[in-house]
Amino acid sequence: MNDTTLVARPEVTHQVRSRTTPKMSIKGLDFYYGGFQALKNINLDVLDKRVTAFIGPSGCGKSTLLRVLNRMYSLYPGQRATGDVQFDGRNIIAPRVDVNLLRAKVGMVFQKPTPFPMSIHDNIAFGVTLYEKLTPRAMDERVEWALSKAALWNEVKDKLKQSGMALSGGQQQRLCIARAVAVHPEVMLFDEPTSALDPISTAKIEELIAELKHEYTIAIVTHNMQQAARVSDFTAYMYLGELVEYGETDQLFLRPQQKATEDYITGRFG
Amino acid sequence: MGEHTYKQFDYELEAIRSGVLNMGGQVEQQLQRAIAALSEDSSSESIDAVGATEALVNSAQITIDQQCMQIIAKRQPAAIDLRTILTVTKIVNDLERIGDEAKKIAYKAAATRGSNQLTQVRYLEVTRAANQARTMLQMALDSFARLDPLAAADVVDRDGEIDAMFHSIMRQLISYMMEDPRTISPALEIVFIAKSIERIGDHAKNIAESVVQVVKGKDVRHATPEQIRAEVAER
Repeated sequence: MNDTTLVARPEVTHQVRSRTTPKMSIKGLDFYYGGFQALKNINLDVLDKRVTAFIGPSGCGKSTLLRVLNRMYSLYPGQRATGDVQFDGRNIIAPRVDVNLLRAKVGMVFQKPTPFPMSIHDNIAFGVTLYEKLTPRAMDERVEWALSKAALWNEVKDKLKQSGMALSGGQQQRLCIARAVAVHPEVMLFDEPTSALDPISTAKIEELIAELKHEYTIAIVTHNMQQAARVSDFTAYMYLGELVEYGETDQLFLRPQQKATEDYITGRFG
Repeated sequence: MGEHTYKQFDYELEAIRSGVLNMGGQVEQQLQRAIAALSEDSSSESIDAVGATEALVNSAQITIDQQCMQIIAKRQPAAIDLRTILTVTKIVNDLERIGDEAKKIAYKAAATRGSNQLTQVRYLEVTRAANQARTMLQMALDSFARLDPLAAADVVDRDGEIDAMFHSIMRQLISYMMEDPRTISPALEIVFIAKSIERIGDHAKNIAESVVQVVKGKDVRHATPEQIRAEVAER
């Protein structure tokens, strides 16, 4: 695939659209930052090989919800989740879940690109070595594959030994996507992945997401409602820790069911 | 609906809304002049005003379309705002077409004055149909002003009556033409007038259907009045 001419494949999208099984199922999820309840009784499915967008005003809990899906909150004392989040046949917020293995299967890309202070090659290889033992040749193939998947290979193939931090912002973000893809996740979480990027880099990332969803389940948090409308199949609108409305993106942005949702997406909020 | 955080957006939406109602008022005036011409009691100044008003109506169509494009480009409207903008572009199109049909009626009516055995058809039947079309237009514009989908459903109901009147006029005219070939020329003029009135009814119905689309987000083109009422009654 020529990574400078990404094209979403509508015929495949249509076929995928007809199969809507949940990849992750959230039931009765509550989340607490100490004594403060940030998520209240969240119930929704993140559907397989679809893009689910989470929108809502600041403080609504959308990033909090995203970080439950790969147990990122476990890094911080005082943060806890109760309820049921089913993935691969088990409740991932129950005790005795291997969070490292979980985070290989549920990858995350953050708002600020976070390349490691290593070469481009090693940025990709570092994560892989935590889970697999590959020969140098196999690792090189994996690095090329991941960078190709992230539509970055052609731009960096001649400078793999250069530092990942020398890349542009948009390239760094695609490097982070390649890093996440390299360990063969099933789900990819994007937390405002283009907030820090220019419009052209943003468009490239959105095109990339449109391609990636054919192979991965994607959840994206975004403040940019038009981005949610462009890239997602399903959208969840959240407010003050509650799920107000969840539905097909085309419907939600054309004819939302809840007045609160309509007020938010039409800019009548606040 | 509440106000947008961007107040300028509210002003822009209000501008196109009042633009549509102003344009509707001008088109209603055109139709009134056309009805007066049918009864042969309109003056030549009134007929001249038809041409002047048509220019205003055409200009309003272009202005409102451009305003809608600006809003789409700048504001990326969603939900009810998006439906409003898209249906306004259709409504101004329908209004402009009504204006054209009214102009045709007025000019044809003025050109074919004079007593003949078709006067009764023309005055009674055609004027009755034209008044019905004017009522439909008034109701459609009123339903847009109040964003009332039930009132819009009433408009769609009346379109059936106009169609029935048109067919009745056609039957009468065919009888006249068959009885006396000398009536064919004036009868054909009345056929064109009747057809214009029937088209005005269709355009008023389109405007009413657009109001349902704005308020309910449901596309009720090609639906029966009963189906429309059922859709309007749904959440």
